[in-house]
Amino acid sequence: MFDIFDIYLLEALINGVLLGGVLALLALGLNLIFGVIDVVWICYAELIMLGMYGMFFLFKIYSVPFLVAAVICIAGVGVLGVALHVLVIAPLLGAAPINQLLATGGVLFFLQSAATVMFGIDFRNLGIRLPVLEVHDMFISYARLLAFGAALAGMVVLYLFLSRTYTGTAIRAIAQDRQIMPLMGVDARRIYIITSAIGGALAGLAATLLVLQYDVHPFIGLTFGPTTFMICVLGGLGNMVGGFVASFVFAEIISVSGLYLDLEWGYVFAFGFFIAMMFAKPQGLLARRA
Amino acid sequence: MSRILPWLAGAALIALPFVYREPYPMHLLIVVLIWSSMYTSWSVMGRFGLVSLGHGGFMGIGAYTTALLWNNFGLTPWLGIPVAMLVVAIVALIIAWPCFRFRIIGHYFALVTLALSAIVLQVIIASRDITGGSLGYTPQRYNGGSSIFALQFTDKVTWYLIALGVWGVALFIRYRVDRSMLRYALEAIAEDEDAAAATGVHVTWEKLKITLISAAMTGFAGALYCQYQMFISPDTVSGISVSLQMVFAAVVGGIYVLLGPTVGAFITILLAEFLRVGFGTGAVGWDNVIYGSLLVLFIIFLPQRLVGTVQAKFARVRTA
Repeated sequence: MFDIFDIYLLEALINGVLLGGVLALLALGLNLIFGVIDVVWICYAELIMLGMYGMFFLFKIYSVPFLVAAVICIAGVGVLGVALHVLVIAPLLGAAPINQLLATGGVLFFLQSAATVMFGIDFRNLGIRLPVLEVHDMFISYARLLAFGAALAGMVVLYLFLSRTYTGTAIRAIAQDRQIMPLMGVDARRIYIITSAIGGALAGLAATLLVLQYDVHPFIGLTFGPTTFMICVLGGLGNMVGGFVASFVFAEIISVSGLYLDLEWGYVFAFGFFIAMMFAKPQGLLARRA
Repeated sequence: MSRILPWLAGAALIALPFVYREPYPMHLLIVVLIWSSMYTSWSVMGRFGLVSLGHGGFMGIGAYTTALLWNNFGLTPWLGIPVAMLVVAIVALIIAWPCFRFRIIGHYFALVTLALSAIVLQVIIASRDITGGSLGYTPQRYNGGSSIFALQFTDKVTWYLIALGVWGVALFIRYRVDRSMLRYALEAIAEDEDAAAATGVHVTWEKLKITLISAAMTGFAGALYCQYQMFISPDTVSGISVSLQMVFAAVVGGIYVLLGPTVGAFITILLAEFLRVGFGTGAVGWDNVIYGSLLVLFIIFLPQRLVGTVQAKFARVRTA
């Protein structure tokens, strides 16, 4: 039915979709923060790195059950998100956006090297081998499937939270107009803190999923970080639907070019595509022509 | 007095190796001078609010192009470095022209240039058959390692004088820019692009000029770094960490002051060396822990160092 070439291509396409789900989760957290607080957390992927270390230590060293460890991690990274906001972002809210971007760049350096100092540069993993699904001679990693499912579930929960609850409505309102909403009685500081907590928790969720597929080391953030920023900018910073679409486009480029060439070239092509799209559609993939 | 002071300082710096030539302090000074040139190159455009995170990429292209041309075609760095600078300038043009044309400014510009850093890093790693990938790359020794033709010297004093010269040129370029019409045009653009355009400033062209100058300078310093260290690896000459390191050092030293990036280089490199010598391998990473916290603290408590108001800039320039 299929010749061999098609099967590899199809496998790459499916893996691209699965990768896209996780990237979409990463992009969602960053987009939420940007849309609401108007800040780019350059150190977002470093929060994920800390979450992955958290999973490693809880699960492997203290033998906490996986799901419990995951919940602790998600909550823990959420708290880190709040700390990041209160300590670094809040004092800079009135400053030029580039200052906040660079300050979180400082946090990136700090977290990366703090992890080096604390945990060393060894690659560590949970030592869980999830089975590989075989469908029609295609091999699909169960870990990826799980990550994809959990990422989608996380996004649905976030969507329901934003659209169905009072706090969620306030968050969306703040994202639309930062000046007017405080006059309408919305406590912007409280909303910012809640948003940072959610953004952090999404990073924590991503960490629990990524730790199943990747070894954790202090520089793992550099693997996901640039890709996540580019996806967010590609989709239009703060535009969650755009980020969602861009994630899958990006993941397919990485996955399919990784099939024909090396995985690194997949990234090169994806990044190149990003730069080309910046010029074609500077406001994001889904932007209306101004 | 203030007119002859720079000449006196310059003469003292040139005279230094003839009086004192301990290899280790000389090595530190050379490294500081090379990185100072790099940071100064970044600040040439960074001080106008054009925060580029692509300079790690420019440095990498400069270093790798020179080394690749030498190893594969035997092209002397005397020609290789100009070629590398040309390549860097072309890459900068490809990225910067559309950015400026389509008004990609502020943190969007930072993120697009960040993509450039990431691409250069990935290309170097991906084309490992040519560049050696993550393992790094070494220019071939020529004539026992000391040759003017190959721009390789085992002698630290020679390197010190070369680095001093390059650093001097970098400072001179920045000094000239500070006293040119370009500077006024760019300050106007930094305040308000539309207003600047309305008064007859060609926004795209002026920004492009400063970007090309800054990028080519960075490529040059990158090539020099490679010639001195005789070893480059993707992580030390390209990528986001290197870009952030440039921003960090320049910001700590102060980007509105001519010698600011140099001071930044001194602080960062001496701190790293102090930790390395004082605490040995146990101190790996501590320097970046300190840099990171310092960067955050500097931006929170001294924001005018980075993006100041017009008055702050003028006040600073007058007193400097």
